[in-house]
Amino acid sequence: MNINKSPWLLHYDGSSCNGCDIEVLACTTPVYDVERFGVINTGNPLHADILLITGGINTQNAEVVRQIYEQMPKPKVVLAVGTCACTGGIFKECYNIKGGADTVIPVDIYVPGCAARPESIIDGVVKATALFKEKADLYDKEETEMRKAAKRGNV
Amino acid sequence: MIPVIYRVISIVAYIILAPLLGGLLDGLDRKISARMQGRVGPPLLQPFYDFGKLMKKQFLAASRLQILMIVSYLFFICLTGVLFFGGFDILLCVFSLTTAVMFLILAATVTHSPFSSQGTHREMMQMMSYEPMVLLTAVGFYLATGSFSISDIIRQNVSAIALMPGFFFGFLFILTIKFRKSPFDLSTSHHAHQEVVKGVTTEMVGVEYAITILTEWYENIFLLGMVALFFINSNPWSILVAIVAVFIVFFIEILVDNTSARVKWEMMLKLSWGVTLICGGLNLFILEIIKR
Repeated sequence: MNINKSPWLLHYDGSSCNGCDIEVLACTTPVYDVERFGVINTGNPLHADILLITGGINTQNAEVVRQIYEQMPKPKVVLAVGTCACTGGIFKECYNIKGGADTVIPVDIYVPGCAARPESIIDGVVKATALFKEKADLYDKEETEMRKAAKRGNV
Repeated sequence: MIPVIYRVISIVAYIILAPLLGGLLDGLDRKISARMQGRVGPPLLQPFYDFGKLMKKQFLAASRLQILMIVSYLFFICLTGVLFFGGFDILLCVFSLTTAVMFLILAATVTHSPFSSQGTHREMMQMMSYEPMVLLTAVGFYLATGSFSISDIIRQNVSAIALMPGFFFGFLFILTIKFRKSPFDLSTSHHAHQEVVKGVTTEMVGVEYAITILTEWYENIFLLGMVALFFINSNPWSILVAIVAVFIVFFIEILVDNTSARVKWEMMLKLSWGVTLICGGLNLFILEIIKR
């Protein structure tokens, strides 16, 4: 079964100016239609495979982002969309901004742009999907090894 | 009576083919929906890709009890289909279906998540809305054909729909609720729609969600079987008519899904009970007079 044909997205808006969010939504419209790659924009971290973050991380939402990340079952990929999510962008020097999404959770793929174009977002999602497959294979291997170790152990 | 061998073949065919057929119909649904919205849409086999991926995800359930409830949900839906396609009592199918949904409700509530609790409340509202019509349909079949047994119902000389068009319309109406289609997708919904995170299925992770999807495929095939039951009679050609009718009904459901907005639960309850009373009740009344 091709695991990389069904990436479900969870979109989280950090302290974005909503420019990137509009572009993310544009990806689901008839013009770009990401659903043809099997992408579903889910609102549930428990069902999501790819965490898509727009906007920088501030002191208030740092915990929220971390919690959402932890609620997602493995394998998972994090995609930072827009300059703010990558580095903090224009808000970087603000007193309440910590920086990009990678200040609280490990980010796998960066999509730069202010605002990021739908084409580049889709490109990022496609790259994230490939990485998702890699991570899934790795996760499978770890799982089987853990099961073997459990068998060899006390059980 | 139908020979035992036919019953066994039909039951085995249901258990093996229903997930395949259900998944394909789901894929077709997504494709047609996308085309209605002017999009290309996912490949036809997308539901199977989703299913395969969900099976491989990490098992992160908040409660160990949940998986047991979900497997019971699958079991009772399968039982419903087995009773139906084995040609047994239609009333038994209806009760088995209700039991199955109770297990879905239990599965959603064991985690104590506020989101799935809200979904559960809405699921119960949905049950309240469609249950009278489902029961009434079973009664309608009895009045029209003189038997609750499905093997007798399909051996009438005239299709049941000739005597029960009101029941048919009422059943189509509540089918939208059962299929979780807009405007009645209150407890949880399909495709890219969202509903208070994800309604009853919010807390279902990986394998659990995969089993829930599988169960829905089984359930959809059973429900479409109920639609076919209105058309099948002793003439073998009626099966062809039934299949065409099932596809038309399925298309209408997709059309309704894409052209209507979600309603509040009060509206759903009023509408479905209204339709049940007017279509089902009137048809019941007329049948009583004719048959006497």
